[in-house]
Amino acid sequence: MKFGFSLLILALLIVIPALGASLGGAPFWGIVIPYCALLIFLVGFTSRVLKWAKLPVPFRIPTSTGQQKSLDWIQHSPLDNPSTGLGVVGRMALEVLLFRSLFRNTKVELKEGPKLVYGSSKWLWAGALAFHYAFLIIFLRHFKYFVEPTPFWVVGMQNLDSFFQVGLPMLLATDAVIVAAISFLLLRRLLDARIRYISNASDYFPLLLILAIAATGILMRYFFKVDLVGVKKLAMGLFSLKPVVPEGIGAMFYIHMFLVSSLIAYFPFSKLMHLAGVFLSPTRNLANNNRMRRHLNPWNPQVKVHTYEEYEDEFRDVMKAAELPLDKEKQCPKAS
Amino acid sequence: MSQGKLKPEELARITYQPPAKSWTDPTVEFRKGVICYGAVPETLNYLDLPHAKKWQPTDQDWKLPPDWKKIIFEGMRDRLMRFRSFKVFMDICVRCGACADKCHFYIGSGDPKNMPVLRAELLRSVYRRQFTKAGKIMGAMVGARDLDEKVLKEWFYYFYQCTECRRCSVFCPYGIDTAEITMMGRELLNLLGLSIEWINTPLANCFRTGNHLGIQPHGFKDSVEFAVDELAELTGIKVKAPINEKGHEILFVAPSADYFAQPHYFTLLGYLALFHEIGLDYTLSTFASEGGNFGLFHSNEMMKRLNAKIYSEAKRLDVKWILGGECGHMWRVLHQYMDTMNGPADFLQVPKSSLTGTVFANAASTKMVHISEFTADLIRHNKIQLDPSRNNHWNATFHDSCNPARCMGLFDEPRYVLQQVMKNFHEMPEDTIREQTFCCGSGSGLGTDENIESRMRGGLPRANAVKYVRDTKEVNLLVCMCAIDKATLPPLLEYWTPGVEVAGLHELVGNALIMKGENERLTDLRGTPITKPLENKQDAA
Repeated sequence: MKFGFSLLILALLIVIPALGASLGGAPFWGIVIPYCALLIFLVGFTSRVLKWAKLPVPFRIPTSTGQQKSLDWIQHSPLDNPSTGLGVVGRMALEVLLFRSLFRNTKVELKEGPKLVYGSSKWLWAGALAFHYAFLIIFLRHFKYFVEPTPFWVVGMQNLDSFFQVGLPMLLATDAVIVAAISFLLLRRLLDARIRYISNASDYFPLLLILAIAATGILMRYFFKVDLVGVKKLAMGLFSLKPVVPEGIGAMFYIHMFLVSSLIAYFPFSKLMHLAGVFLSPTRNLANNNRMRRHLNPWNPQVKVHTYEEYEDEFRDVMKAAELPLDKEKQCPKAS
Repeated sequence: MSQGKLKPEELARITYQPPAKSWTDPTVEFRKGVICYGAVPETLNYLDLPHAKKWQPTDQDWKLPPDWKKIIFEGMRDRLMRFRSFKVFMDICVRCGACADKCHFYIGSGDPKNMPVLRAELLRSVYRRQFTKAGKIMGAMVGARDLDEKVLKEWFYYFYQCTECRRCSVFCPYGIDTAEITMMGRELLNLLGLSIEWINTPLANCFRTGNHLGIQPHGFKDSVEFAVDELAELTGIKVKAPINEKGHEILFVAPSADYFAQPHYFTLLGYLALFHEIGLDYTLSTFASEGGNFGLFHSNEMMKRLNAKIYSEAKRLDVKWILGGECGHMWRVLHQYMDTMNGPADFLQVPKSSLTGTVFANAASTKMVHISEFTADLIRHNKIQLDPSRNNHWNATFHDSCNPARCMGLFDEPRYVLQQVMKNFHEMPEDTIREQTFCCGSGSGLGTDENIESRMRGGLPRANAVKYVRDTKEVNLLVCMCAIDKATLPPLLEYWTPGVEVAGLHELVGNALIMKGENERLTDLRGTPITKPLENKQDAA
């Protein structure tokens, strides 16, 4: 039902621009919608990140996943348990660029005995990494529409991407990778009973949306050819804040554009914010130098403690009988 | 075993297939064996905590104050403003499921809400409904739920079925730490007076007497003197164990169980023997007679209230630095919280071993050194004489306690010490040690009797890894550095993996330590004859 709901929303997001664009109003679909979406994204994303960043980090709580730095002769793990800022940068880089923690993934099986067996399980890591990098490359590839002349790095990237050339136009490897990776992530969510059990509609929806974006992009490239010159004019117009709407670009483009707009407008309010949140995770972005340098808690509360004086006052007689040292031989009259 | 109703083979019939009903149904059954007793009003009142009442989780009526929802929402709002961890962890989970089978309670029970992701969703669902637009508009489709009494009971059930071991946070791609979630959940429940007796009674004891067990100063002294006498019987050497004396170099703080419980007590004998042999200038304290801190399992404020005594006592006794004994959660507090909460310790000096000259730069600010760091340094510099053959009757493996492992990264210091004081050592499988170590299943204040079934379930992965080395390497001893481990692993192993004993690291140090002028050691510190059965066995084979 949650999957169905996501599918329904997606269908609406496809039908609306398809119908809308066929009824005309190209400036609305080509200019107003993308600008609105971008505005929502920028404001939403920034305010969300600022809100997080403003929150205090009362305690330094890194998860240590390697040997601490202690005695000189004990080999320390500077990346899995960094003790310096530089080490933290390294740890974060591994986390963000290579999904270090996900790479650790294991799978447990209970056998007769009972016997628990742990196996390596890298599929989630591989699928996630493939998906994110394909997405990144496709995103960067789109700069050919925004900038004239096409930047050299985009050309280089595209050449590399079409290395495995199949027919014309050139098949881009990333197109195949992203569809495969999303399909894997989606099927995993649907077919693995455990993952299906924990999934919300908001977990299916982004995958479906991105899959639809990729699909419409691929359809435009291979099947429903759109006027690329017109697309570039429109994109460059948007990019340079001098929007124009060329005639006859084709409905498929407007669907693609509307889905992208939906994604970026949805982004700040969704789990997709893990993109920024991972940088702010206190178990990863802090050095394990707790005993070396004091960490300050801005709201460190005043609390009621039990002082030694109160303790000695309560137990003076038994302490004296046990010949334990005392600070005061007799209880102060006022304390009694 | 106080409750041997379920046999191990019955308890091990676990299915990981999720049930048909959605996790958003909050109904839980408070069953004997899986839930702890509620906190009694006397302890809450003693600590000035709100909404004290006579109450049990199994009661229908939890005697909630009329405005309880408002209290919870205000409490959430307040904590979302004070802890970036809480807010970020509420927001960024993508439910990838990597954490799912990393939790020992999930592995041991198959209960899907013991998957870390769902344990957090219990709070997140209410957070979404109350604090996010998507949750307010889209409701169940985005996993939002209204808070009601059933949800509150469900929180209690699952936040007291998490040992804050942080294993899931090792695997989470965003480092989401269920310990943080559980800590927040427990803090919220505390606002309504909903806590457990096994946490609150030690808290009240510790606040009053300086230790969780409620031992008064003369009782503490008796116990230390008893240990000194016992050590004299075993070694022929009468050591000094100063208590509450001013002007020594070091304040030594251990978990109080080391003084009163077994097998902890043999570790105490090890400390005393070692300190005597190296002529350590130290004192114990009755006021700071507890390094452990159940405040960690209650609230950050309570943690601070109990922890304050460590620095204040170090100051009063005019020592230069502090040495800490073998304990897990104690070291999380000392390493990650003490300096922030009750520092700066500018009246102390950077710890320096007077025997080796080593400066513990890693404790330059906190001024507190872990005893395994201290002892490893001693051995490395040949400052003590060791006869590892005195531990030949043991074939050991090492259990990394959750907190020193995942909050410090204290892995190789104890292993180095262990391999210097004994010959027979085998690691458990790599997915079950070091940063991937499995909890004893009884940490974070859950090490009591009434929830024994939960404990046996939660401890299954640890016990099972021990079983592996018992069966393949003939391991007969599990060495650890944690008071809760020492209390709860023996019944766990008796249940799942009979034939394996539990010992502290410094018990083995004490066994191997050659003391000047000692009698010939006929037994180890537990009084077991040193007969080298392992070698005999090999000869026979």
